[in-house]
Amino acid sequence: MHEIIRVTGLTKKFKDLTAVNDLSFSVKQGDVYGFLGQNGAGKSTTIRMLLTLIAPSAGTIELFGKKLQGNKHEILSQVGAVIEKPDVYKYLSAYDNLRLFAKLSGKKIGPAQLMEQLETVGLASRAKDKVKTFSQGMKQRLGIAIALVHDPKMIILDEPTNGLDPHGIADIRNLILRLSRERNKTILVSSHLLTEIEQIATRVLIIDKGKKLVEGTAEELFDPAQTVVELSTLDNAAAARQLAGSQWAIMLQPQREGRVVLKLDRKSIPDLHRYLVQHNVDVLSLQPRHSLEDYFLQLTSGNQHVDAFTD
Amino acid sequence: MWTLLQIELYKIFRRPRTYIAFAAITALIAIIQLGLKVDGKSYMEFVMADLNRSFSIEGNLLNGYFVCYVLLNLLLVHVPLLISLIAADMISGEANMGTLRLLLTKPVSRTEFILAKFIAASIYTLILLVWLAVLSLFVSMALFGTDDMFVMKNYYAVQISEDDVFWRYVGAFGFAALAMITVAALGFFLSLFAENSIGPIVTTMSVIVVATILSTMSIPLFEAIKPYLFTTHIVTWKEFFDEKVDVNNEVIKGTLQNPQRIINSVVVLCVHIVGFVAASIWIFKKKDVLS
Repeated sequence: MHEIIRVTGLTKKFKDLTAVNDLSFSVKQGDVYGFLGQNGAGKSTTIRMLLTLIAPSAGTIELFGKKLQGNKHEILSQVGAVIEKPDVYKYLSAYDNLRLFAKLSGKKIGPAQLMEQLETVGLASRAKDKVKTFSQGMKQRLGIAIALVHDPKMIILDEPTNGLDPHGIADIRNLILRLSRERNKTILVSSHLLTEIEQIATRVLIIDKGKKLVEGTAEELFDPAQTVVELSTLDNAAAARQLAGSQWAIMLQPQREGRVVLKLDRKSIPDLHRYLVQHNVDVLSLQPRHSLEDYFLQLTSGNQHVDAFTD
Repeated sequence: MWTLLQIELYKIFRRPRTYIAFAAITALIAIIQLGLKVDGKSYMEFVMADLNRSFSIEGNLLNGYFVCYVLLNLLLVHVPLLISLIAADMISGEANMGTLRLLLTKPVSRTEFILAKFIAASIYTLILLVWLAVLSLFVSMALFGTDDMFVMKNYYAVQISEDDVFWRYVGAFGFAALAMITVAALGFFLSLFAENSIGPIVTTMSVIVVATILSTMSIPLFEAIKPYLFTTHIVTWKEFFDEKVDVNNEVIKGTLQNPQRIINSVVVLCVHIVGFVAASIWIFKKKDVLS
C-alpha cells in the first residue's frame, strides 16, 4: 500500500516555543492512523500544518505523493477535515451549511447527495433546522458530513469526540470504522482519549512536547503478556492475602486506590477468575486496564523519547 | 472566485445583523423627513435667515433635492459605523465563529478568499448606499416635490436649476460609494488582526474619528498630512453641488466649480482602497490560522 501522507522533519516554532519538533511519520492508504498525545503535545499544530492553516518553520509535507507547498489546491480537494470542535454558521440550517461547504470543495454535488450525506450522519430529519438549535454531538456529526461531502480520499479528524456523551462517542467510532472498512478511506484521527484510538486505529503515533515518542500498530505497542488487571472484591485485603499465598503471587503489583492489581497474560484472566471463585473470594469486578493508556502514561511520565520500532 | 463571492454574499444576506444598517437608515431618514414635513418652514427660515435679509427668494425651497442634501450631510457621518458592522466582521467574525479554519481547509486560494470577501463587503456597501439614495432622494422627491436647489456654502449660496440637479446626485452618490468602500477597506483590513468583531469595529470608528479631527483642525503641524488622509476627502461629494459662473457672474449649467478636487479625492480614496486590500492579502497569505 502506498503512502498517503509523508511528513519529514516537520518543525513549528512560535517565537520561543517549539510546538512541533523534527516530527516524521507516514500514513499508508487505508490506515486508520491514531495520533495520540496529551493536550498541548503538538497534535493540532501538526494537523493544521497538514491542512495549510499553519506554515511549517522547517520540514516537508507530502500528501498523495506531492509536496503540499505548491499543490495545495489539488491536494485539499481530496481531503476532508474536522478540526477540534466543528463550528459552522449557526444562523444557517444543517442543509444550507452542507451545501455551502460542498460548493467550496469544487465538485458538483446535488441536493440528493447532500441529503444522503446528512442521512449518513443521522441528521436528515433535522436538515432544515438552524444549527443554533443543535447539540454539540449534532454539530460534530454535521462537521463530519461537511468533511465527507465531496467524497475525499483522506479524512483528518482532530479530537472528533471532544464534548460528546458516551453515545455520541460510540456513534463517531462506528462511523470511522464504517468509513474505513466500507469506503476504504484513509483516516488520521487525533485524540487524547487513548481508549478510543485503541479501538479503531490500525497504526498509532504518540507524540509529546512536539516530538515523536513511538509509532506502530496497537498490537506492537501493547504486549498482551503484560496486561494489567484490577480486582475489586468485598474484602480487598483478604483477597490480596489469598493471592499472595498462591501461584498468582509473582503477578501481584502495588495496590491502586485499595484495589488489587496484577500483571499477567491476557489469556490467564479466566483462570484467575476461576481461582478466586473456588477460594470463596466475593468478586465485584475484574477489569483489564487499557493497555495503551498504561503504555502512554509510562512513556509520557518518563518523558523518554524512543525511536519508532517499526518501519 | 465567482463561487466564493456567491457564498460570501449569501452569508452576508442571511445574517440578521446585515439588516440592522438598513433598518437604522430607514428609521433615521423617516424621522428627519417627518420632522421636515411637519415643521420644515421654521427650519428653512432658520437656515435662510441671512439670505432672507438681503434677498427675496420664491418657490419651493424645501423640496426633495434640498431635503436629500440635508439627509446626506447628516447621514454620511454615521453610515461608516453601519458599514464597519459588516466590513470589520468579515475575517474576525469567521475567526470568532471558528469557521475560518474550516473554510481554509477547502481548496481555495487565500488571495481569492480575501478578494471575494472584500468584493462582497463592497457590494453590501453599494446596496446600502442605493437604499440610502432611494429613501433620501426618491422618497424625498415624492414627499416634498422638486424645484431649484439652494445650497448654503461657507461664504456664498448656490442655486442649482431643477433640471441640472439629478446628475449631480448620481455623481455625489457614486463618490459617496467610493468613500464608503474606503471605510469598508479599512474595517476589512483591521478585521485580520482580531478574533472578535468588536475590536475591529471600535478600532475602525476610532481611526475615522481621529483622522476626521486631524482633517478638520487647522493646526500647521497637521496641514502636511491632511491631503493624504482619506477623511479629508470623504466630504468631497459636496463639490458636485457647486457650479462655475461666467464673467457676468451667470451660472454655467452642467459644470462643476472644482472638478480637479473631485479627481484628486477619487485618486486618494482609490489609493487607500488598493493599499488596504493589498496589505490584507499580503498579511493573510502569511497568517497562521490558530483560531
